[in-house]
Amino acid sequence: MTQTHPFVEIRHAQKSYGKLEVLKDISLTVERGQIVAIIGPSGSGKSTLLRAINDLDPLTAGEVWLDGLQVNKALPHRQYENHINEMRQQIGMVFQHFNLFPHLTVRENVTMAPKLLKTISDKEADTLAEEQLDHVGMLERIDYYPSQLSGGQKQRVAIARALAMKPKLMLFDEATSALDPELVEEVNLVMKKLAEEHMTMIIVTHEMDFAASVCDRVIFMDKGLVVEEGPPELVFKNPTQERTQNFLRKHLEGAK
Amino acid sequence: MDVELILKVYPYFLKAALVTVELSVLTTVLGLICGALGATARFSRFAIVRFLGAAYVSLFRGTPALIQLFLLYFGGPQIGIQLDAFSAGVIGLGLNIGAYMTETMRGAIISVDEGQGEAARTLGLSRAQSFRKVVLPQAMRLMIRPLGVNINAQIKGTALVSAISVVELTYTAQRYIGSTYKPFEMFFLAGILYLVIITITGKGVAYLDRRARLQ
Ligand SMILES: Nc1ncnc2c1ncn2[C@@H]1O[C@H](COP(=O)(O)OP(=O)(O)OP(=O)(O)O)[C@@H](O)[C@H]1O
Ligand SMILES: [Mg+2]
Repeated sequence: MTQTHPFVEIRHAQKSYGKLEVLKDISLTVERGQIVAIIGPSGSGKSTLLRAINDLDPLTAGEVWLDGLQVNKALPHRQYENHINEMRQQIGMVFQHFNLFPHLTVRENVTMAPKLLKTISDKEADTLAEEQLDHVGMLERIDYYPSQLSGGQKQRVAIARALAMKPKLMLFDEATSALDPELVEEVNLVMKKLAEEHMTMIIVTHEMDFAASVCDRVIFMDKGLVVEEGPPELVFKNPTQERTQNFLRKHLEGAK
Repeated sequence: MDVELILKVYPYFLKAALVTVELSVLTTVLGLICGALGATARFSRFAIVRFLGAAYVSLFRGTPALIQLFLLYFGGPQIGIQLDAFSAGVIGLGLNIGAYMTETMRGAIISVDEGQGEAARTLGLSRAQSFRKVVLPQAMRLMIRPLGVNINAQIKGTALVSAISVVELTYTAQRYIGSTYKPFEMFFLAGILYLVIITITGKGVAYLDRRARLQ
């Protein structure tokens, strides 16, 4: 055991779909409590990288480490299943399209995984759900079904569902991209709150203002490579790479 | 139309209809079991099991049910399978409809949004847990209607066992034609009884479907 390992470490991540190289040797580290934004053009591999962190899209080569443990360890099938399920309990993920379970109430969405995976009583699970939903401002809707919620509300429930497993790390894949503009802020506020609580977060986003306001570091990806990374002031205001400059310029034009 | 004759023979037809109902229920139950097994096999992580599932489906869907029945009932004794006509009918038709139900179930499972299973796995649920708690409940709702279509076809398909002389509706109609020479009346009566069975079943399926949707 080394004492000084980074909290999250990706080592030489590579991913190919057949001949298409989606990730080409990406290495990066995230310290505990850090908030990192990943930006970049469509198809640059942002989602693939994020989904490699919890092994939803396994890497072709490379390693992912979380808090001293290798997530994508090579193990025989059955052992690997147990291992990855344990790792995933520590890694919360929030999707663009929420992926709430439509056949379950908000409460059940939040309590399902803790009830199945942790030794807690029904009462404790209820308390947990109430706490987590209160945290995202969704307590009043605890007995609603997802279909009865707005997009912003769904996403806040999805965040509560992930938080109920008490993860060490949260991954967000364009959490606000599917929302109507007036609903984006309520989700951003929840994410800001998490940031203030020092949750370690990796956020794939197209919202540069949001990234600039909450993140410690911005990573610009293009064509499966990390082209530039640094604090938001630098990457957004004084990007050194031409590709970053082009991307940000186009993005600004698009926003107008 | 000879109404008097119909009134005279209909009790016998009712008894035969009961056999048709019995056949329908048994083959449906067997079909559902085969369908569940077949669908599970088609999602196995072992290629050989997936292959067996696919082979089962293409074999039973790729040949006439009548041939399958004949093979089992007339050909069976040659390879040591000795079945009475009723059992052969249930097993033959059950296996046949099971192949269709395999595909129905598989289709319903596939059409559950991929993100559902992903979200469950992301929380740390095992493959089995995420299937049981997240994917299957949603797939169940989607499969009620198409399974209803399978069952509808199956009820009509039970007529085939008349060819191996199981005394159900179609066989009974044919037998009474032999003695009355009134094919119109006899087939008309049999047809009405099929219609009744199918209508009631259809209503049952629609009820289950509505209830699942409300949940
Ligand atoms: N299952 C797959 N099979 C083949 N190619 C894939 C698959 N998934 C992703 N890709 C390809 O990988 C590349 C990167 O995709 P990815 O989703 O990671 O991009 P992204 O940066 O998240 O884009 P966006 O901003 O549009 O979400 C794309 O070219 C995509 O077409
Ligand atoms: Mg993406």
